[in-house]
Amino acid sequence: MVSSLKMLTHHSTTHNSPFTTHIKNMAYDKFNILKSTAVPLPIENVDTDQIIPARFLKATERVGFGDNLFRDWRYNPDNTPKTDFVLNNPTYSGKILVGGKNFGSGSSREHAAWAIYDYGFRAVVSSFFADIFRNNCLNIGVLPVQVSPEFAEKIFTAIHADPKTELEINLPAQTITLLSTGEKETFDISPYKKDNMINGFDDIDYLQSIKGEIEEFAANLPL
Amino acid sequence: MVRKIEGGPDVLFIDRHLIHEVTSPVAFLGLKSRGIGVLYPNRTFATADHNTPTINQHLPVADPLSANQLKALETNSNEYGISHWGLGHQKNGIVHVVGPEYGITQPGATIVCGDSHTSTHGAFGAIAFGIGTSEVEMVLATQCIMQPKPKKMRINVNGKLGKGVTPKDVALFIISQLTTSGATGYFVEYAGDVFENMSMEGRMTVCNLSIEMGARGGMIAPDETTIDYVKGREFSPKGEAWDKALAYYKTLKSDADAVFDKELTFDGSKIEPMITYGTNPGMGMGISQDIPDAAHVEGGAATYEKSLTYMGFSEGEHMIGKKVDFVFVGSCTNGRIEDFRAFTSLVKGKHKADDVTVWLVPGSHIVESQIKEEGLLDILTEAGFVLRQPGCSACLAMNDDKVPAGKYAVSTSNRNFEGRQGPGSRTMLASPLVAAAAAVTGKVTDPRTLIEELV
Repeated sequence: MVSSLKMLTHHSTTHNSPFTTHIKNMAYDKFNILKSTAVPLPIENVDTDQIIPARFLKATERVGFGDNLFRDWRYNPDNTPKTDFVLNNPTYSGKILVGGKNFGSGSSREHAAWAIYDYGFRAVVSSFFADIFRNNCLNIGVLPVQVSPEFAEKIFTAIHADPKTELEINLPAQTITLLSTGEKETFDISPYKKDNMINGFDDIDYLQSIKGEIEEFAANLPL
Repeated sequence: MVRKIEGGPDVLFIDRHLIHEVTSPVAFLGLKSRGIGVLYPNRTFATADHNTPTINQHLPVADPLSANQLKALETNSNEYGISHWGLGHQKNGIVHVVGPEYGITQPGATIVCGDSHTSTHGAFGAIAFGIGTSEVEMVLATQCIMQPKPKKMRINVNGKLGKGVTPKDVALFIISQLTTSGATGYFVEYAGDVFENMSMEGRMTVCNLSIEMGARGGMIAPDETTIDYVKGREFSPKGEAWDKALAYYKTLKSDADAVFDKELTFDGSKIEPMITYGTNPGMGMGISQDIPDAAHVEGGAATYEKSLTYMGFSEGEHMIGKKVDFVFVGSCTNGRIEDFRAFTSLVKGKHKADDVTVWLVPGSHIVESQIKEEGLLDILTEAGFVLRQPGCSACLAMNDDKVPAGKYAVSTSNRNFEGRQGPGSRTMLASPLVAAAAAVTGKVTDPRTLIEELV
């Protein structure tokens, strides 16, 4: 594969957390253990145009995106709620959104992750995530939890049988548990991103802490 | 790579950063709230495209929200010393069209933009991919982002393409084979004589669509075609720097014994002009085929049915002959000169169908000038078409170029998602030739039946 990437000598640094030294901006709420009911959306290939349509991307500040989360699935053209859409069904609520396979495909708009966070979700569960969406979620404090297709199916079935079914997402232990049955699965997250989410850090905090190293690297590059 | 984190992402230095009005304002706000600046403003370039009108660009932008966003890009760029190609600027245009045109795109460079179609620049052997706004802020602040290492896939297409088969068809074919998520987690290298024989414009179309099968990026090894395109452009290296760059470009190819996590090979001669029938780009097929049954499609039947219901189509139907209300030629996928040449070659001597609205939107002012200089505009005008001004336009319908609810569009853009071209719009993705055939007949039409000598 074509690659121009070069490796710098690894500089040793001292860290409070394993990864970062800086004072934090607290870009989002810390994530530790989340116990909540969940909202099921068993549709595959939910793209970010559905999560937040392009016409709602005209803001220059990060405000109000939750109101337009799933806008065209949630509201009729006359702005009345579509009663058959899950977010308009009072039976379902919670801080966890459970989506179908390939959740968050398409446009890189971080507004999709903002809308999910702003609406009140702190985690999205799916058997498969699109790359950019997953990354955007991790960068703003929404935890993407990828489970096996079988476990996703169990969650949908359990919520369907009892909408009050709770899930427990334990980030330090990297587990998701269906509390009605006790069934549990582990999920992947890089140690770095896990540390960020538990502490409410973001990548800029980290990158700022290695700025000298970046500048040294850049000094040897053509534009 | 600046640094590798054990068990975590790599710290990647970004050579060239492109920004536009939609995904950058919150990043600049972030810088302000942190009290930090832009580390290397000469590595970032700003153009307005997503939200711009495609007629009367000399007038003030009517929509106050759009105007505000365009103004924010200008103010932020000026404040931090970033080159800004706003509406009315001669270099203004779609970010993934103007980047290569002005030589910002260079082989081997790392290039990012807050736009998923940044994969386009991989056509030059650049490592290029779309990012979110948090990452835009990271690049502005530190010129770096943090990314996990992707898996590697190689897709080989060999053989001679048939009459009327364009790079867009090759890409839509590959996506139809892999599905809309088949390359998620991968960077894709396109190889084989079909890509070797392709122009830079064609390669950009193919790499552009990599994201539509989930791939973060796609790339094609640089060769003489690449070097001929890059040489002499405004931001390309000059003199001694060019000689040095050239030597470097020539090293940018996969080793003969490179191992890929996945490798696929297709026969290019089997590909026909493609069209999509559903609500993701993986739902495409040869234009002469019938819409598949749910049983023959990977994934859940409920999702498939929802998709066909939205489109107003049924399993087993022909696509040929379906009514078309709108035709859109443009976007970062098919808004380059070759696309307008192809469209014009088919409509020449024919006339726009009466009940079709056709939007022809060049990707940049350079493309617009080429259309005029090559005499294409005269042919288009004669055939009843109007050329609009550069921008993203109906690809995502953030401006006024919206397909109304329930109406059908044949579009050369990249996404047929529900409501993508306007709330309730129904999109069929296709090549500029299929778009041309629809524009003159008002129906989905196989372009191969319309003219003998196709480009």
